[in-house]
Amino acid sequence: MSEHLHALEQQSIYIIREAYARLKPLALLWSLGKDSNTLVWLARKAFLGRVPFPVMLLDTDNEFPEVYAFRDRLAQEWSLDYVNVRCPPLEETDPTLPPAARAAARKTLGLKRIITERQLRGILLGIRRDEQAVRGKERIFSPRRADGRWDFRDQPAELWDQFQTDFPADAHVRVHPLLSWTELDVWRYTQREGIPVCDLYFARDGRRFRSLGESDITKPIASTAATIADIIAELERTRESERAGRSMDHEREDAFERLRSAGYM
Amino acid sequence: MEREALTALVLAGHVDHGKSSLLGRLLHELGQLPAGKAEELAALSAKRGVPLEWSFALDSFQAERDQAITLDTTRVRLKTPRREFVVIDAPGHKELLRNMVSGASAANAALLVLDARTGSEEQTLRHAYVLKMLGVREIVVAINKMDLVDYSQKMFAQCQSEVGGALVRMGIEARAIVPVSARDGVNLCQPSSLLEWHRGPTLVGALEALPASVWETELPLRLPVQDVYRVDERRILFGRVESGSLATGDEIVFSPSGRSAKIAELMSWPDRTEAKLVAGDNASIVLDRPLIVERGDLASHRERLPKLTAVFDAEIFWLASQPLVAGRELTMHAAARTVGVRVQSIHHRIDLLTLERRPASQIAATEIAQVTLRAHQLLALDDFAKLPATGRFVLRDGFVTVGGGVIDASGYPDQRAIPAPTRETVPIKHQVSEAERTARLHHTGAVVWLTGLSAAGKSTLAMLLERRLFDAGYAVFVLDGDNVRRGLNANLGFSPEDRQENIRRVGEVAALFAEAGFVCITAFISPYRDDRRRARAALKSGRFFEVYLKADLAACEARDPKGLYRRARQGEIREFTGIDSPYEEPVAADLVIDTTARDVASCIDELLAYVVAHCRV
Repeated sequence: MSEHLHALEQQSIYIIREAYARLKPLALLWSLGKDSNTLVWLARKAFLGRVPFPVMLLDTDNEFPEVYAFRDRLAQEWSLDYVNVRCPPLEETDPTLPPAARAAARKTLGLKRIITERQLRGILLGIRRDEQAVRGKERIFSPRRADGRWDFRDQPAELWDQFQTDFPADAHVRVHPLLSWTELDVWRYTQREGIPVCDLYFARDGRRFRSLGESDITKPIASTAATIADIIAELERTRESERAGRSMDHEREDAFERLRSAGYM
Repeated sequence: MEREALTALVLAGHVDHGKSSLLGRLLHELGQLPAGKAEELAALSAKRGVPLEWSFALDSFQAERDQAITLDTTRVRLKTPRREFVVIDAPGHKELLRNMVSGASAANAALLVLDARTGSEEQTLRHAYVLKMLGVREIVVAINKMDLVDYSQKMFAQCQSEVGGALVRMGIEARAIVPVSARDGVNLCQPSSLLEWHRGPTLVGALEALPASVWETELPLRLPVQDVYRVDERRILFGRVESGSLATGDEIVFSPSGRSAKIAELMSWPDRTEAKLVAGDNASIVLDRPLIVERGDLASHRERLPKLTAVFDAEIFWLASQPLVAGRELTMHAAARTVGVRVQSIHHRIDLLTLERRPASQIAATEIAQVTLRAHQLLALDDFAKLPATGRFVLRDGFVTVGGGVIDASGYPDQRAIPAPTRETVPIKHQVSEAERTARLHHTGAVVWLTGLSAAGKSTLAMLLERRLFDAGYAVFVLDGDNVRRGLNANLGFSPEDRQENIRRVGEVAALFAEAGFVCITAFISPYRDDRRRARAALKSGRFFEVYLKADLAACEARDPKGLYRRARQGEIREFTGIDSPYEEPVAADLVIDTTARDVASCIDELLAYVVAHCRV
């Protein structure tokens, strides 16, 4: 067993338990991709098999059909307290954003809505530092003001594992248990644990999805990787960035920074 | 058993000495920048009219690129031919110490970067000092920008001896000091002909030679209870093993309550149970009996318990813009516990350029200081030097993290050593009443408790007071070190616990004297506030008079009638109050006499008048 994966797993479980002990009500955002599947799996480990808080999908009705089928199967198999959050239409988003970023901003609005509706104090998210440079700057426990905005110029100190969970009543905390994981770590852990993933990650007709977003703004990559072992081998060779297929990241230098500071995941 | 994890390496050093650039270039040299990234960096640099800026690979905020400065910490993986690191890039600007410590607190090793032209500056030294405080022991130094000093051996040697010397004074031995140029990519992965004179390793070579980081499993068990979780009527204790190990069947003691139970089961999923857990593992504990345990309790084995104390010394770094002053109330987060603390006293701040201790009454942002903190309740804790995970804390003021620190409670006694009062004995009823004793003696019994540093005047005034009261017809007796330590306390030394027990017995004996009708005068340093409070509690209220003989250390040291201070300064006497053992000034003494400002005659007159006024009937 890899000591490195074990250390990552234990650190994430510690973070998830800390969030549950200190931030109530708490919910987990499940995008159905490999990262948040791993996050749900870790939450099951943390609480000995059953996740004691809601697991939510920000649904734009634009996910791939395979993704919806995957959700239906796992929500039942894992006895999740599943919540489907319908995202508001495109017209309600900031019209000054570039088109793909605007589509992504629907999720930000859906998230804001469910936070208000359920008075959530904590949200567990499967983002990682190595996915996108702006996410690299995140804290593990990252406070958001009432409007959901991320004040990245004034992030609190985060010392040792003394995570801060007390914030003004109208704020909530985004908790990032996978922040220190890399894409390869997630795949190696998925392989080791036998965590189910959506079939879209595996190559069909010479193409596969490396990152799963909405069907309208996510493109597959050329690949022959048909198993997790193949994917790991492929990633060990590649120098392409993971989110190369996500158009919203590449429209402008600061497109992702703007999305995130406005409350995107 | 030792367990290896990925080494977390933090980049530290003064702003503009090239930390992010060095890391960006290193990633490029090791072929780890994503495809097209180098071109993207060239374009981003050209757009801003600057030469190729490798730091843009890390500085992802637009504001960071525009100002060419790292604002917040980030992390990347760095694979060298033989090792893999998590590299934490942290800002060097003084105002951003908060973000620097956020990154550095997760590190096991550090790469301290400095500019060959200027050598180490205050911020370089501040970072080095903070790294040591945070528990980062392994340090490699990169002397960067060698291209700007024409790869001069002389300039490097000068930098090397200067920074090496400064680190040694802090108690840090750098693993290697390496000349590099981030801009030219020199001596990063391969030796360079530009540095022919250099006999040491390349930067990558030096990093690969760092010892692997390990979780400490041989240390005493410490498991802070994180949560009490219920599944189907079963109560499961959650908590992470911070040091040591635990196994099914172990008896564990929860501090501060002292309650104990055996581990019936270590639960796990999807596998059913675990037999043994070691440092770094999360535990799910089922106990063999119902026990009141809550978040913040600290579990350990009975043989190696944490210290119980409410008061302790600490070295802290202060992050808030408003200066810290004595008396300030803050919230302390240590292990899984949150408690209110008061800054009892500020001793001094550290001058980072010279490492000298400077007297200070307040601590400004980014300064490092020695303080005494007092918690509003008893805490279970460890000295940072022995057990880092349970020896450090974060300070918050409302919703803001204002500082962090490391504990040194070695000068304070373990409150666990205090015997609990027995409730089983039935007090015997005397046939002589208190009123009868008072009527015969014409004064009430009392304890006059003199406290102060050695040479503050305790024995002198105690003996004079005894003479004067006796001459006035009082039943009076002095307890001091000479008559108590020879017999009653002959088995006690000068450790904090023995000092505590010494004072506990003196307090009890003095109370008995007072009940017998005597005015009992005690002349002991009695350095701990909690001990004096217990001595007061041993007696009926209103008949205990705490008299603080106020004389500062300098005055007492100048008097030094027995030469004790001189011997303590020379290291002949250890744990000497005021020198290497703390003295807690009284906060609400019944009488304060400043013995530095007045002569003995005037001091004794005031003391006598006070006692007579309070005891004569």
